[in-house]
Amino acid sequence: MTSTVDTTVEPRPGRAPSGLVAVGRAPGWVRYALLAAGLAVALWLPNGLYPAVAVDILCWALFAVAVDLLLGFTGLMSFGHAAYWGTSAYVTGLVAINAGVPFPVAVLAGALAAAVLAVPIGYLAVKRTGIYFAMVTLAFAQMVYFVANEWRSVTRGENGLQGVPRELFGLDLTDEYYFYYAALPIVLAGLAAAWRIVHSPFGRVLVGIRDNPARARALGYPVHRYKLTAFVLSAFLAGLGGGLFAIGHRLVALDTLHWTTSGKAVIVVVLGGIGTLWGGLLGAAVLVRLEDWLSFSGFEAVGLVTGGIFVLVVLLFRRGLWGSVAALVQRRWPTRRN
Amino acid sequence: MTGFLQNTFNGLVSGAFYALLALGLAVIFGMLRVVNFAHGAFYMLGAFGAYVLLAEAGVPFWWALVIMPVGLGLLGMALERAFIHRLTRLDPLYNFLLTFGLTLILQDLVKGEYGVRSSPYAAPAELNGSVDLGLFDFPTYRVFILGFAVCVCVGVWWLLGHTRVGMVVRAATERPELTRAFGINVGRWVTPVFGFGIALAALAGVLAAPMRAVNPLMGADLIIVVFAVVVIGGLGSIFGSVAAGFGIGLIQAWGEAYAPAILAQTLVFIVMAAVLLWRPAGLFGREEAPA
Repeated sequence: MTSTVDTTVEPRPGRAPSGLVAVGRAPGWVRYALLAAGLAVALWLPNGLYPAVAVDILCWALFAVAVDLLLGFTGLMSFGHAAYWGTSAYVTGLVAINAGVPFPVAVLAGALAAAVLAVPIGYLAVKRTGIYFAMVTLAFAQMVYFVANEWRSVTRGENGLQGVPRELFGLDLTDEYYFYYAALPIVLAGLAAAWRIVHSPFGRVLVGIRDNPARARALGYPVHRYKLTAFVLSAFLAGLGGGLFAIGHRLVALDTLHWTTSGKAVIVVVLGGIGTLWGGLLGAAVLVRLEDWLSFSGFEAVGLVTGGIFVLVVLLFRRGLWGSVAALVQRRWPTRRN
Repeated sequence: MTGFLQNTFNGLVSGAFYALLALGLAVIFGMLRVVNFAHGAFYMLGAFGAYVLLAEAGVPFWWALVIMPVGLGLLGMALERAFIHRLTRLDPLYNFLLTFGLTLILQDLVKGEYGVRSSPYAAPAELNGSVDLGLFDFPTYRVFILGFAVCVCVGVWWLLGHTRVGMVVRAATERPELTRAFGINVGRWVTPVFGFGIALAALAGVLAAPMRAVNPLMGADLIIVVFAVVVIGGLGSIFGSVAAGFGIGLIQAWGEAYAPAILAQTLVFIVMAAVLLWRPAGLFGREEAPA
């Protein structure tokens, strides 16, 4: 038997957060085949899609996985993750413009800045749970947005940062196709880190806190500190995505910090499936591709479609894409309980 | 001194909008345990509706003040029956997400129809000019808003505290199961209470139309500040929400007058941070039962 543990837990009776499904453990060969298929798709992606769209999918996938780390595995819905995505985008852009370092260094600097920002905000936000946590994170993200909007000498206000370079040891990365392959390892590293966090003893404690905070506290776990650590890690991963997004677009605009960006990240997670980790990849692929197609065909009211998707998914499809597949797997290979 | 009083007065007026919106959110939350993200969108629809009624049908402000809250209240009740109702037994986060989706839809519908630029809306002639309240002249319309909002808040307080309907709603808010056990049909009140909360948002929207730029995005940014307001006041407390609304209005107005712009805009969030440190449940809130 494999040594991996079953990460998801059955939803609490009564409250039934039906986004969280008990994922069955497919046999090892199925999971390795899925991993291989996933890597193959990642390597093939810019050949099948417009490469700039493929880069966006990568960034949003990492963003969604970061949000799911909190929402699905810690039970905290951050509705203000644009703060970390956007802050990292700005810091990455500023470092890349002013320091001329290779772009992964700039992205790393951005992600670290996002993590630092997440410490005080997370410290305050984890004092509340549930819907209040969502409101508090949203409010603090709006504060970051206001500050960026006012601090024009640094953020250039409405114009945003323009001409963010893509420096990597003199390689020519102007072609989006090549940039995709330069960005892919960073995203894969971020995804691997997320997987590692979820499957570590630390991640098990997070799931325990999600399912029964009182018992976790009674067992002696410092619940607030665990939540804060998860929050900062999630902000760091979101920052990696945001920094790459800045390099990929060669500009940083204010809307990277806007509440609609936070909301979109949560949509991507719900669409992919809360608490599935990899669902975010599917959600990002579907939503980014759809938005690109909509703007390409000259459809202006994107919010109408994303909002509609949101309403439909929340009403009818709370398991999300990955969650639905996982439910099928669960039926085929039921989880063994000991 | 005059300047200070003027700032104070303006702060109370913008606080009146926060208070009306926070009041609606708190009433809805009390009964349904739903935080209505679309509250800002309904505020925007109220203002837009008043503008459209005047521009395209010549309906005056006073009629809009009745038509929009009633109409949007009914729309809210329909949405509650059609969507929100289906999710009330799940984690409240799902309804937060649902109303977020509705916000995007409502916003884009209006945007598609009228564009994003702001539309002017004239205050009714009776409320033009200014009134002398002793120390200096106040714009009549603002005095009217403040008086009207205070009356509405007091009215709601009376409704909840001193009528049979209010008693049922308060009982259902505090102990839904026990209220049911007394033979009261709690479910019957859920939809009307939601509609009532929406009507308050619409009312605030109509009141805002002559004073603020009417555009499809006017509600979205406002509602996030209102979320901070209800976190400060304690969402479970009606009085706390209203008091925090007026308080934040004051603090913002003073900040705008005497502090750099960057600080003025963030003051409300700084206050929220302080409240989270000092009284996490909100100034007037009670500690939630451990989840």
